[in-house]
Amino acid sequence: MTIAASTELICFLILGAVVVLGSIGVVLLTNIVYSAFLLGGVFMAVAGLYLLLNASFVAAAQVLVYVGAVNVLILFAIMLVNKKEELKPIKGLQLRKILSGAICLGLLSLLIRVDFTTPWNLPGPKAIGEDATERIGEHLFTDYLLPFELASVLLLMAMIGAIVLARRDVLIQDLDTEKAIDLPIIENGKEPLLIDKTSP
Amino acid sequence: MKMLPNPFTAHLALVSPGIDIELSFNEFLQDLGVSPELAHILWLPLPMFLVLIAAIIGVLVTVWLERKISAAAQQRIGPEYAGALGILQPMADGLKLLVKEDIIPAKADGLLFTLGPVLVLVPVILSWLIVPFGQNLLISNVGIGIFLWIALSSIQPIGLLMSGYASNNKYSLLGGLRAAAQSISYEIPLALAVLAVVMMSNSLSTVDIVEQQNSAGLLSWNIWRQPIGFLIFWICALAECERLPFDLPEAEEELVAGYQTEYAGMKFALFYLGSYINLVLSALLVSVLYLGGWGFPIPIEWFAEWIGEPISSPIVQVCAGSIGIGMTVLKAYLLVFLAILLRWTTPRVRIDQLLDLGWKFLLPISLVNLLFTAALKLAFPIAFGG
Repeated sequence: MTIAASTELICFLILGAVVVLGSIGVVLLTNIVYSAFLLGGVFMAVAGLYLLLNASFVAAAQVLVYVGAVNVLILFAIMLVNKKEELKPIKGLQLRKILSGAICLGLLSLLIRVDFTTPWNLPGPKAIGEDATERIGEHLFTDYLLPFELASVLLLMAMIGAIVLARRDVLIQDLDTEKAIDLPIIENGKEPLLIDKTSP
Repeated sequence: MKMLPNPFTAHLALVSPGIDIELSFNEFLQDLGVSPELAHILWLPLPMFLVLIAAIIGVLVTVWLERKISAAAQQRIGPEYAGALGILQPMADGLKLLVKEDIIPAKADGLLFTLGPVLVLVPVILSWLIVPFGQNLLISNVGIGIFLWIALSSIQPIGLLMSGYASNNKYSLLGGLRAAAQSISYEIPLALAVLAVVMMSNSLSTVDIVEQQNSAGLLSWNIWRQPIGFLIFWICALAECERLPFDLPEAEEELVAGYQTEYAGMKFALFYLGSYINLVLSALLVSVLYLGGWGFPIPIEWFAEWIGEPISSPIVQVCAGSIGIGMTVLKAYLLVFLAILLRWTTPRVRIDQLLDLGWKFLLPISLVNLLFTAALKLAFPIAFGG
């Protein structure tokens, strides 16, 4: 075995171990902040796997989208919610754990079976490496144009939805009292941002 | 032989096809009876080590410049006794931080507290992978080039959030959240400004971007074709580096020192190092994207023609290589100087002003700039790289 091949194998084994152990950690750790950070590690390891497959553009996109956007968003959500709440013990937690564990194991065995029964075309198609960026662009704007545009519209809808939810003054009904409230946010840099409850 | 797919292969050779340091190094080792594979492995760490040292020295120089220029701006003398003109002062600072006690607060999360600064520093150093100092004078001419830098710089907010959270201090947490929010919101106009340049060069690779600017020297630099993009990029780069007027995350008067409040010793030094390496890196990338990178204001080829030497002759190659390194560093340090001057001439913005500027002003402007560049590229393919 050449040095190149063995380096690749060692990298693959390390990355694979990080992905598997990290994902198990994400699910099983009780501290949600640790889970979120571990998720970032798992995303990074997946990017490393793409790099090993000679798909550097996909790897960079993975880092940008999943680590830089999705994971940071998750962390923000966790850190901005500082509600200390006593969680009530759920009935039959043990049974639930056993059931979900069994379902996961079943899925795993199904995947392993698929893995062993499918006649894989080995070695797969040769990686095109640096040309991949152009090729991805071509595909996105020709034969995958419709899914691409649909995804953009979906993202736009999500964005508008987020803005509507964030702007409290658009909401005209109080969720608790179900009374109509049309209260403007005081936009004054010197005063704290509060909903003015005194004005009608 | 190739070790691994592209991002890992390292090249550091003077302007091809003249002098190839890697080739001569390998031949030298093979003459000593070392196998080609081993010679390659011995070669690999060298350019990386060299760039790491270059980055650290760049930081030391920047710190010294910051102290001296700040002093001049305030009519003080600044560091004077450590070496001539206080040039050893940054070294003294570094040594002091190195021997300081490493404190982890009792209620802090030790693991995340240690990992945070590392996560801030490592992506910044990795980004030096793509900074070209000459035709072949970079660690790796990765095809995705500048995109790699954008992707890597998006990891940084995680490190900031991590250290802010792990410090178990409300100022740290606020500072971390602010830093992450700032870095995310300014990444978008930054990426759009880069995209406009990439659209003109038809390539993501930093080497191609510089080469495309060097056909007619000073006049063909991207700054003339992308003046708005240049300003957007520079503002966003300052915000990403948390320099004044965008240094809210560590605004001393409001947040003690932001996410760095609980840090001391070497861990604090990592943050410090990270922010200065990032500043030098941003200055280098501005010079690569908009100021012609290693290009001299008058093309070297014209000089070579004038003195009657062929461009491939060793003497011209060595001169061109050294001028290239000199020009890159000179342009970068002019920009660093500008950043330091801005520090002492602009007041800090408020957090709402900062986010307003990012989302309501820079983002639409950069979108319009992108659209305009596309239109110009279609209309004048000769001037805008059709």
